[in-house]
Amino acid sequence: MVASHPLSRRKALKLGAAAAALPLVHVRAAGAAGKVSIGFWDHWVPAGNDVMKKQVAAWSDKTKVDVQADFITSVGNKLLMTMAAEAQANAGHDALAFTTWNVLNSADKLEPIDDVMKRLTDEFGPTNHVCEYLANTKGHWMAVPISSGTQMKGPCGRISVLRDKAGIDVTAMFPAREGGDPTGDNWTYDTMLKAAEACQKANMTFGLGLGQTADSVDMVGVMFRAFGASLVDGEGNITVKSDEMRQFLEYAQKLAKFMPADAASYDDASNNRALISGKSALIFNPPSAWAVAKRDNPSLAADCWTFPAPIGPKGRFSPYLPFFWGVWKFSRNKEAAKDLIAYLSERKQVEERCVATNGYDLPPFDSMLDFKVWEEAEPPKGTLYNYPMRPWHKTQASIAASEAAPEVAVQIYHRGTMPTMVAKLQSGQSIKDVIAWAQEELEGFVR
Amino acid sequence: MADGATIAGPVRRTPNVATRGSLRRWFGRKSSVGFLMCLPLIVLIAALVIYPALYAIYLSMLNKKMTQFVGLSNYAFLLKRNTFQLVFFQSCFFAVSAVILKATLGFILAHLLHNISGGHQRIVRGMLLTPWVIPLALSTLGWQWLFDSSYSAFNWVLNAFGIASVPWLGERWIARLCVIAVNVWYGTPFFMIMYLAALKSVPEELYEAATIDGANAMQKLFFVTLPMMRNIISITVLFSLIVTFADFDIVRILTAGGPQDMTHIFATYAFEVGILSGDIPLGASVSLFMLPILSICAYFVLRGVTRRSREIAA
Repeated sequence: MVASHPLSRRKALKLGAAAAALPLVHVRAAGAAGKVSIGFWDHWVPAGNDVMKKQVAAWSDKTKVDVQADFITSVGNKLLMTMAAEAQANAGHDALAFTTWNVLNSADKLEPIDDVMKRLTDEFGPTNHVCEYLANTKGHWMAVPISSGTQMKGPCGRISVLRDKAGIDVTAMFPAREGGDPTGDNWTYDTMLKAAEACQKANMTFGLGLGQTADSVDMVGVMFRAFGASLVDGEGNITVKSDEMRQFLEYAQKLAKFMPADAASYDDASNNRALISGKSALIFNPPSAWAVAKRDNPSLAADCWTFPAPIGPKGRFSPYLPFFWGVWKFSRNKEAAKDLIAYLSERKQVEERCVATNGYDLPPFDSMLDFKVWEEAEPPKGTLYNYPMRPWHKTQASIAASEAAPEVAVQIYHRGTMPTMVAKLQSGQSIKDVIAWAQEELEGFVR
Repeated sequence: MADGATIAGPVRRTPNVATRGSLRRWFGRKSSVGFLMCLPLIVLIAALVIYPALYAIYLSMLNKKMTQFVGLSNYAFLLKRNTFQLVFFQSCFFAVSAVILKATLGFILAHLLHNISGGHQRIVRGMLLTPWVIPLALSTLGWQWLFDSSYSAFNWVLNAFGIASVPWLGERWIARLCVIAVNVWYGTPFFMIMYLAALKSVPEELYEAATIDGANAMQKLFFVTLPMMRNIISITVLFSLIVTFADFDIVRILTAGGPQDMTHIFATYAFEVGILSGDIPLGASVSLFMLPILSICAYFVLRGVTRRSREIAA
């Protein structure tokens, strides 16, 4: 009789093979629910990308969906080119980050995302009308407004310079406390005009640009809005010859004298450099300029204060630039893409990213504007408190040319029509000539 | 049975043997081998140049939403627009003035280099080639810093001498000249090296003969050097005109077409209209406007080159 061994060689081999195969089984299980690819905007603040990667990994572990996350820079318009290329090729990522106007440009290639928006708005309340204007077409949401990249371009001013040269104490007008201060209503466009003149005399010219890039367009666009001056209405009628337009252009003609001589050459970095170099008393920009000053010129950063835009005859409007995440129609895993977007849009994830980016990101839902990050950012303490729209600012989010239909507004925006009108005034052209030029330009846009 | 008197009949080959033989002959020909060696490049050009060009022509004939064929409407629309007329003028002004300056400077530098001997010439030649060797986007960024409104090195020097800062990229004509200057700085080495090579190929005997005939330096330049270099001058000017007309990097990085559209050229305007503003058919139309202009230029220049070559051969 042969004695039976407790573990035969054959059994040992089988066990060994099974043990070796176990990791393969485990790896396969990780992607068991499929794959999804998403292209995020490569954040200016690198920590924003790190937190996003962790959040994506957490969702992937939970759902067993394999995620390929790419971070695409907007430098050199790479993100824009990616959008355009994927739209033309009907191939690429399942979901992609869309900058401000590009949801509408790509709307016919995007999957409606009403289900995700309903889930988010049911839980977090509505978004603002700018998000709706830019991402909701023919009654359907074509992309979800997100915090990553969404920004406000209100004034960021030098506390000491504005106080000493222009007699304005912005920390008193817009304190870092709930309720604000009634003197905040004194921050009007007329006040800004006087301050601009005083600061120019002190060689601290306001770094206000009249170029054709987004910062200039957003700033001038909000001025147009505050005066009730529009270029084209929702019906496609050119409204450039209105009384409100003349009133605004008369104001702009005065303000332009106190803008930099090369304001027309400003790009999106010029105003940042003007502030950080210590040569400018005020710019319109999100907190990225302050964040760089905090790193490179801490004493200057400690003298910066972010506050709302001035009040005009028609009210106070804040330049708001949302980003979005959308799902392409050609995506092979739309449900997973939507689920990932919904997960990343939840309050916990949004707050984590806002904190990591030092408050640069703005949540699209008003209910999320109570994060502590803006209170705690320093130096100085409270410098970003008034960055998000607070109820007592009495301000509305606005984007340039949004009175017009989106397909017209996008051309007005990207052709820089509004700042170019003011630049022409600065170069000495008359209001009549500027209006005539704008009329001819707009006739081409409404074709 | 073999009887010594055999009559050769027609050789019958099987079809497979016939095919293999003709294929072998085809592969054996120099022209076939040449074609096969060029085939990868032909495929690449077809895929990356010819197909996009044809697709762009097709796109330029669609309406804004790309749902309807509209023929030449986009081109007719552009011709009526003041902004496009400005872009047309600026593109021609930019290309022609930049090419003339590059050719002139390149010609002068080539002559100066030609008169430097041996090792010194190699060193100076290498240094003068540097602008052309550095990636254009990188060098243009450097120029942007030199012209920057806050950190301009040029303004810093001017301020040191008590001269007020100049709005280099903010004033219309100054911005135009700056853009041309950067293009000339970048492109002059190409002309210099081509003309230097051409100068070295002009026979010395012609200069000796001219000297014997009593010609001075200017007469040698006009009656010996320039005629001998006419073809190379024509070809380099044509090549540079095409490349300069299609320039994008310099204007996009320095001014993005501003201030007030005063430095827009076809490529940058096409990008702004087509990609940024979402009107791809109109953008395609703008970019294709260069095609007839450059085709006409190329026809006349190459016709002149061919005529001169035939005269020389005769």
